[in-house]
Amino acid sequence: MSDPTPRTAVPNLIITEDNKFFFDAAREGRLEIQRCADCGELRHPPGPACPKCRSFNWDTIEASRKATLHSYTVVHHPPDPSLTYPLAVGLVDLPEGTRLVADIEGIEPDELELGMELEVGFGEHAHGEILPRLFRPGGAA
Amino acid sequence: MSGISGKAAIAGIGATEFSKNSGRSEWQLACESVLAALEDAQIGVEEVDGMALFTMENNPEIAVARALGIPELKFFSRIPHGGGGACAPVQQAALAVSAGIADVVVVYRAFNERSGHRFGAGPPPFAYAYNTDQEYRNWINPYGLLTPAAQEAFLARTYMHRYGATSADFGAVSVLSRKNAANNPKAWFYERPITIEDHQNSRMIADPLRLLDCCQESDGGVALVIVSAERARDLPHPPAIISAAAQGIGPQQISMSSYYRDDIDKMPEVELTANQMWAQSGLTQNDMDAAILYDAFTPMVLLQLEEYGFCGRGEAKDFIADGNLEVDGRLPINTHGGQLGEGYIHGVNGIAEGVRLIRGTSVNQPTKTLNNVLVTGGSPVPHSAIILSADR
Repeated sequence: MSDPTPRTAVPNLIITEDNKFFFDAAREGRLEIQRCADCGELRHPPGPACPKCRSFNWDTIEASRKATLHSYTVVHHPPDPSLTYPLAVGLVDLPEGTRLVADIEGIEPDELELGMELEVGFGEHAHGEILPRLFRPGGAA
Repeated sequence: MSGISGKAAIAGIGATEFSKNSGRSEWQLACESVLAALEDAQIGVEEVDGMALFTMENNPEIAVARALGIPELKFFSRIPHGGGGACAPVQQAALAVSAGIADVVVVYRAFNERSGHRFGAGPPPFAYAYNTDQEYRNWINPYGLLTPAAQEAFLARTYMHRYGATSADFGAVSVLSRKNAANNPKAWFYERPITIEDHQNSRMIADPLRLLDCCQESDGGVALVIVSAERARDLPHPPAIISAAAQGIGPQQISMSSYYRDDIDKMPEVELTANQMWAQSGLTQNDMDAAILYDAFTPMVLLQLEEYGFCGRGEAKDFIADGNLEVDGRLPINTHGGQLGEGYIHGVNGIAEGVRLIRGTSVNQPTKTLNNVLVTGGSPVPHSAIILSADR
């Protein structure tokens, strides 16, 4: 007998002083990118120091949520109960200059093309977390 | 030649059977493989004074030493990053032996990776620890990149797009591995070759990776015995001299997900390791007579061929199609059947095959003389490699 309510394999988020801003902003529907407060370099995923100038001073900017598909996969197996399959997952270039990984909603796998324009929205993920999700431009809720 | 080059050798190899359900503890598999390797080397168990392992090894040195009555260990070392680090315990052993810190260092990897926790099923147990080591999962796991196959698929897609490689080009690696495994009685897929049609008809796991692009999940253990080259010359088997042994972490590297570099299908950590191979040994890729390339997933064989300079960027599909990787080709690879065909013992079974190639005892021994064999660890994670050489 399979478990009637299978549990997700997605680990709980590891929220630290370095990355908390990202998850707080996502819950409020904003996509934020960490910025070095000294040299201005953007970085993602977040970290404690600027890899360019080694400053520990940082703030954030709000991203436009525009995105271009850099690469993608369509995951078939093994499925996780927190997501719907086949599951398209994209790696996108943001016009601000950083990249982002998120799952793609509302686009058939055979319509995906490298270089296509997408929009970063948000959606509920494992453990009830509100995290980025990719949509067609104008398709984000 | 410089540093540790030529100073240590692999003098013994041993393994359990490779299966889907060993029926015994991982601890016993570790002990069995260590005893088999020492028997092969004709070195007494009580002489072992060092061990070098994966951090992922569930059977710690202290447990194996206790179980086997090894009285004293003077050197014990652990290397992270799973199969990426597969060759690095051999580097640790060579460093210890050549520095006089230890005389007989054993490397082993043993697990029930099919009947116990399956790496293809999702994050491993340690993924749920709350620490910086696992923080990178924040940026991949919630979105459905939960397995190595899914995490590697972005690179494979980008590589295909950039160079016109196809799924069938990846499949050629699988067909070759299964052909080699079909001759290897120790291989799980002994006498079970596949065709390219089988590959193309296999189900999609994480597009573009199909089931037959993915290595096996296996139960089993493999052990290696490293001693000084001088001592190895007095032992029964021809020594597999360690001519080079290196590790590499590249810029902005993240485990399995270095997605933020300019070119995600390049692996600077592999290039860094390759450069150390040539610098340490004084050899070049042209001197490599065979190779064991880490084949958790077929695309990585193509990418590694290019990073090690056996062919140009984007040329691996043609290099393979031209027959270079066949047993009697320019660069025979994965003659044991690889992890696609023989078994998945986290790359350590490939090191043992490297030793057999140098000894001349592979079931698919090329007819040409083999002086140097390159053995690589996995990618796209922190990487490692060794060159094993005949003592001539």
